[in-house]
Amino acid sequence: MANEIAKGKAEPGCAKVDPILVADNVLRQFGGLTAVDVKHVEIPRGQITALIGPNGAGKTTFFNLLTGFDKPNSGTWVFNGKQLAGVPSYKVARLGMVRTFQLTKALSLLTVMENMRLGSQNQKGENPLAAMFRSVWRKQEQLVTETANELLTRFKLDAKKDDFAASLSGGQRKLLEMARALMTKPTMIMLDEPMAGVNPALTQSLLDHIKDLKKEGMTVLFVEHDMHMVRHISDWVIVMAEGKIVAEGPPKEVMKNPAVIDAYLGAHHDSDLGAKKKAGK
Amino acid sequence: MEQILANALGELLTPMTAAYALAAIGLAMHFGFTGLLNFGQAAYMLVGAYAFAMSTLAGLGLVPAILISFAASIVLSFVLGIPTLRLRSDYLAIVTIAAAEILRFIVSTTGLNDVTGGPQGLSGFARDFYSINPFPAGEYGFWAWTMDEKGLWVRVVAWSLVIIAALFVSKMIRSPWGRVIKGIREDEDAVRSLGKNVYSYKMQSLIIGGMLGTLAGIVFVLPRAVQPGNFGTGLTFFIWTILLLGGAATVLGPIIGSMIFWVLLSLTDGLLSAGVDSGVITFITQNQIGGIRFMLVGIGLMLLVIFRPQGIFGNKKELYFNG
Amino acid sequence: MKPRRSNLLGRFTKWVGALSLVLVTTLGGSTALAIAPNPTQDITSQYAIQGTIRQGAANPVEGAVINVVGEGFEGSATTNARGKWEINVPNKGSYTVTLDLATLPEGAKLKPGFENVRTVEIDKVNTVVAIFPLVEIDDPNVTPPPTTNVVLSRIFAGLNFGILLAMAAIGLSLIYGTTGLSNFAHGEMVTIGALTMFTFNRVMGLDIILSALLATAIVTAFGYTQDAVLWRPLRKKRIGITQMMIVSIGLSIVIRYFLQLVYGGDTKVLSQGTTWNIFGVLMPAINVICAGISIIALLGFAWFLTRTRIGKATRAVSDNAALAASTGIDVERIVRIVWVVAAALTGLSGVFIGLYFQAAWDTGFSILLLLFAAVTLGGLGTAFGAAVGALIVGMFVELSTLVIPPDLKFAGALIVLILVLLFRPQGVLGRKQRIG
Repeated sequence: MANEIAKGKAEPGCAKVDPILVADNVLRQFGGLTAVDVKHVEIPRGQITALIGPNGAGKTTFFNLLTGFDKPNSGTWVFNGKQLAGVPSYKVARLGMVRTFQLTKALSLLTVMENMRLGSQNQKGENPLAAMFRSVWRKQEQLVTETANELLTRFKLDAKKDDFAASLSGGQRKLLEMARALMTKPTMIMLDEPMAGVNPALTQSLLDHIKDLKKEGMTVLFVEHDMHMVRHISDWVIVMAEGKIVAEGPPKEVMKNPAVIDAYLGAHHDSDLGAKKKAGK
Repeated sequence: MEQILANALGELLTPMTAAYALAAIGLAMHFGFTGLLNFGQAAYMLVGAYAFAMSTLAGLGLVPAILISFAASIVLSFVLGIPTLRLRSDYLAIVTIAAAEILRFIVSTTGLNDVTGGPQGLSGFARDFYSINPFPAGEYGFWAWTMDEKGLWVRVVAWSLVIIAALFVSKMIRSPWGRVIKGIREDEDAVRSLGKNVYSYKMQSLIIGGMLGTLAGIVFVLPRAVQPGNFGTGLTFFIWTILLLGGAATVLGPIIGSMIFWVLLSLTDGLLSAGVDSGVITFITQNQIGGIRFMLVGIGLMLLVIFRPQGIFGNKKELYFNG
Repeated sequence: MKPRRSNLLGRFTKWVGALSLVLVTTLGGSTALAIAPNPTQDITSQYAIQGTIRQGAANPVEGAVINVVGEGFEGSATTNARGKWEINVPNKGSYTVTLDLATLPEGAKLKPGFENVRTVEIDKVNTVVAIFPLVEIDDPNVTPPPTTNVVLSRIFAGLNFGILLAMAAIGLSLIYGTTGLSNFAHGEMVTIGALTMFTFNRVMGLDIILSALLATAIVTAFGYTQDAVLWRPLRKKRIGITQMMIVSIGLSIVIRYFLQLVYGGDTKVLSQGTTWNIFGVLMPAINVICAGISIIALLGFAWFLTRTRIGKATRAVSDNAALAASTGIDVERIVRIVWVVAAALTGLSGVFIGLYFQAAWDTGFSILLLLFAAVTLGGLGTAFGAAVGALIVGMFVELSTLVIPPDLKFAGALIVLILVLLFRPQGVLGRKQRIG
């Protein structure tokens, strides 16, 4: 597996056969603290990559930097051949790199359907001058609604489509957020803790949805604490600790990596590495 | 007593009620639908009033004067929006209220007497408007709503504008554009992550709501002179009270809010005044009634925000305060 | 009767020999941010007579007394720092307006052909203006004021004003930092300080120091009560900060007009007579003393914030309330203390601002935006930043009068606020991530 994804040995910052995202020297400091200090990393195209690490490792900050929601002190990264450093977040999304949030951001006072429609790109009716003339955008709106209906059916939210998003459960909101991100037709989707707060009954369907994304040709990068999920669906795992990338590799190998065990045991006793390597303390 | 009631009900249709309704519709666009904390709606009204009055006094026709007012209003939106729309929302609140005061100081400075009329303000600018009055001289209406041909003309124009503005805003809000705007109100990062230029949409909303405020400013001064003192922070706070009274995230709310507000204010005024005259109320004088009604507005504003933030007509589900 | 002048602007008016009065005709009242005795009125409400007394465009006369008699009404007003005066009258009708010539600065006289007694009619409009035009400053026969001391005197005035603003701004900033509330009713605490000072010192005739202490104590008690009765329950109810801000606007209106009801719409003269000569600049002694006490109070506060346990806890809550709570700090207790400390500083500031500017029912509201400007300039929610911001605002307000008309000096300070936000949104001292 390592050979299919990485060129040569799996080590921190190793080159990939077909990278979609390449980041160099990304540094982010808060006050005097270094939150993220990534020398080099490549994300493989068309694969599911997990970004793991103990609390405070800088995973979400790294996500924010890559997607333009935060600005680094220095660093460059290239997505799909396009330089992204300094590009505002909405343009990053338009280029096909779409993210979700750790704390779900369902737009509570819009209906589920309106949430979905909002995800669609290049809508004529979003121009203030065209907005007044329904005839300009009516047809596109119908197409958008059809796409939204398909996705809602797939995510089993179709029965809720006319409810306010505020009325959904935590897990349903996660699903809605993912479905809404798909409305943008992304090439790469970045999920920040997709399983957090999701009721176990929904877990399996969420995992299946993520695997489906790969089948459709999308690249998936996700931050997760749940090792069960990491082992079952990821093709590649990148481990961060204290802002740096400390290990990379296919999931089974990474779990055995002493650097990873150190990172978890050193900073976060309770993390379940899933391989009976819990701290004995 | 009947006179007091008639005075109060007469407020239902005054151009002033219409002007406040228009300004509140603009504020609904800002705050109710986009979540922008604009505390300088008085600035937009001031810009409308002065740009319109100065243009017509300079000999321009009504249409160019209105276009110039709109242009000035858009410039104001850029001046307010560029430094603040990227920052946390309370910055917009402070900057807009500051900008409104700056503008009022500037137009009332005696150094600009020749341009803005300084503290005296401007008058005699509405002649063109009344010269195209299609109604023949005479008395119109009945009981509380008796008016001359000028009063009729200005009311017809003012309320037509209110209706057009309400239809316009409700159309905009139901469009995909309105969806983005409401999304921004809920969570702007989420909207950003979906590829929308949030900054640009906020600016568009600021401009549109501001233009409605500008139009309100024009309507406001048509039946009177332009006075810098009328465009203080009190004006903005009244508009907020009206908006919250009717429901911030509704289109009809600002209109009904304005009507209720002015009727109630006139009614309390009349009753207090009659009470003082007849000796029933002894603890205040006629001179102090104005202050009492301001206190009532303040208390009303507090109670509304605490106990019924969605307004009288707002849907509890469409609670719009977040954060 | 000699005019009592409280600030340098007033001092300098002595050297010029002209006075003019500008008439404003308004259908309704006027809302003034400036230290002006002109109440915020609605266009349908009261009747008023008003005007401005100036020695040329750049030299308003402060402390001139105007009396109004007519329709069974009698009242008087004193011009403020901008030379403005306004008297509310109960009804339409005819009034006799008299300018008390004895209250004018030395050498000031009416323009030839004008009397100091006029009759005005209130009929179609609610507000009329009475003109008393005086010989203007740029008349060749009037000696212009010497310019050597002007800059120095502006700097002194700016420092003085800035120091007074600083205490109120720190109060505003502390409350914002710990509770997130942009308190629009903060100016009213300044007003209450100034007006209760007037009550104790001028109405009851108490000693000035005792009066200042009592006035500060009253504002402190008011701060504590305000938090206990209004803000704490609202926090418990988990009302959003936007809602709380609008509640504070309502509260501000209620308190302001209540004070107008109690104290009336005119300006209460508070300043004392003696002046000191400092580096060739005449300063009212009381202002210098007030500035000195303020500096001591500010240093004491800095010690409190950096050296005491409670002070450190306060900063921790300002930084991150949730984190502070998790380390065992009783956030509600800190907020309670903050309200008391903030109100005490603000009350003292109000007493001194009253002594500096005189006191009126809208004194605090008229400087509220300057306080917000100071807090924003310093970086929202940082107490020391607010103090620095206040000094900048104070200096800017006073120094700007060297180049712009005095009636625009507050506008200048607010424009600076907008420019700073454009180029340094985190404020002068703020850290970048605060703007999040």
